[in-house]
Amino acid sequence: MTDTQVSLHRRRRMPLHPLAIRLMHWINAVAMIGMIMSGWAIYNDEVIFGWLHFPQWITLGAGPEGALQWHFFAMWILVANLIGFLVHGLSTGRFRRMLLPIRISEVIAETQAALALKLAHADLTRYNAVQRLLYVGVILVTILQVLSGLVVWKPVQFSELATLFYDFQTARLVHFLGMAAIVGFLLIHVALALLVPRTLLAMLTGGPKVPRTRSNMPAS
Amino acid sequence: MLQRSPPSLFRPRRAIDQSVLKENRVLIQNIDRRKILRGGLSLGALTMLTGCDVTRRDSVQGVLKRVSEWNDRAQALLFRPNHLAPTYLPEQVVKPPRFNAYYDVEDLAPVNGETWTLELAGRIGDKRAWTLRQIYDLPEQELIIRHICVEGWDYIGQWSGVNLRLFLERIGADLTAKYVAFRCFDDYYGSIDMASALHPQTLLATKYAGEPITDPFGFPLRLRTAVKLGFKNPKWITAIEVTNTYRGGYWEDRGFNWFSGI
Repeated sequence: MTDTQVSLHRRRRMPLHPLAIRLMHWINAVAMIGMIMSGWAIYNDEVIFGWLHFPQWITLGAGPEGALQWHFFAMWILVANLIGFLVHGLSTGRFRRMLLPIRISEVIAETQAALALKLAHADLTRYNAVQRLLYVGVILVTILQVLSGLVVWKPVQFSELATLFYDFQTARLVHFLGMAAIVGFLLIHVALALLVPRTLLAMLTGGPKVPRTRSNMPAS
Repeated sequence: MLQRSPPSLFRPRRAIDQSVLKENRVLIQNIDRRKILRGGLSLGALTMLTGCDVTRRDSVQGVLKRVSEWNDRAQALLFRPNHLAPTYLPEQVVKPPRFNAYYDVEDLAPVNGETWTLELAGRIGDKRAWTLRQIYDLPEQELIIRHICVEGWDYIGQWSGVNLRLFLERIGADLTAKYVAFRCFDDYYGSIDMASALHPQTLLATKYAGEPITDPFGFPLRLRTAVKLGFKNPKWITAIEVTNTYRGGYWEDRGFNWFSGI
């Protein structure tokens, strides 16, 4: 209690995106793109949809064996980084502060505004409802990808988890659809970051300074 | 197509130089987390260089190979020796099973069951060869399990034959050895870890759906284990070796992960 009060009085400020977040964001970006591109090559070896093959030039890894090596390399980085990110976000209150609450009415209103290209983004330090929904969504889908990936990798060792996905092929389908959702997120995320380059810059330099104790202050 | 004399010996006629093995072991043990993370960062940076085929770089290949070896050890740690794979009902069995080899089915060279023998080598007490009749006389275990290919397809199959642990005990194999290696009539070869070899759902299968396995699927003898990917189940087996020397495998030596447990 005393510590909180002291720091409140000190009014120290920190970057919107602390160094740990920036590092984890870019490690995740590289690992995730590696997972997606090698995953496409693995998918091509036995497609789920006959009409869908990924062109070789956007895949990672020489042949299925090379793609599998990349996939099972990047997964360690992705998972270790994801655990760090979740522990950080939950323990510092960043998730609660930045990503909640998500109100359906706001999501609808702001989606309409966004489609009319009138989305407010003057304040980088406050995510709008659509951003919150997308960020929470992509975090949850990434966790789902880890779980479905464990089942596709080891349906026998993780047979209890496998039953939650019905069977091996349904887990494989979920793993594919999760990839599609993350690619969809990536397209929107990158497009918006390029439209509002300040957001991209903030993820490199830390962005505007915010009060360190923001999470402890009453909701405005 | 060819009348080949059954290969009675494993390819390396002499044991691999132990000093080389020791050197490699040190190399593998040297992969610590920091190195992998550091490698990951630099590899990640490489992937961002467009127009640059990173997979062609020998150093990258080396890192990927070491990570794959590290994954072998991680999988050995994850392996639950007494955890059983799900089994299925006879109605779910796919007949016939799906053919798969490193060549097309037209190029298949059937094994003559009359002259076929199973040779034994390595850390085994009784290395006398087995005839098919002797194998058929062994107690039979049946498994209805899912076959999962590294490519991503799967089917449910019904396999019967002698439990591999029982067979290894019968021939006086050293169950503390690291590997069980297989050589096949079609020059395919492979090896599995001893823990997987001793799993209750690992068989030397002679029958599929109650009938002798047909030529395309491994007649007269093949491995069928519920705890490995499909390519870790050699067909048309002609020799078994129990060894502490890493023997790799046909696909493993081409870059697929060796442990490949499921």
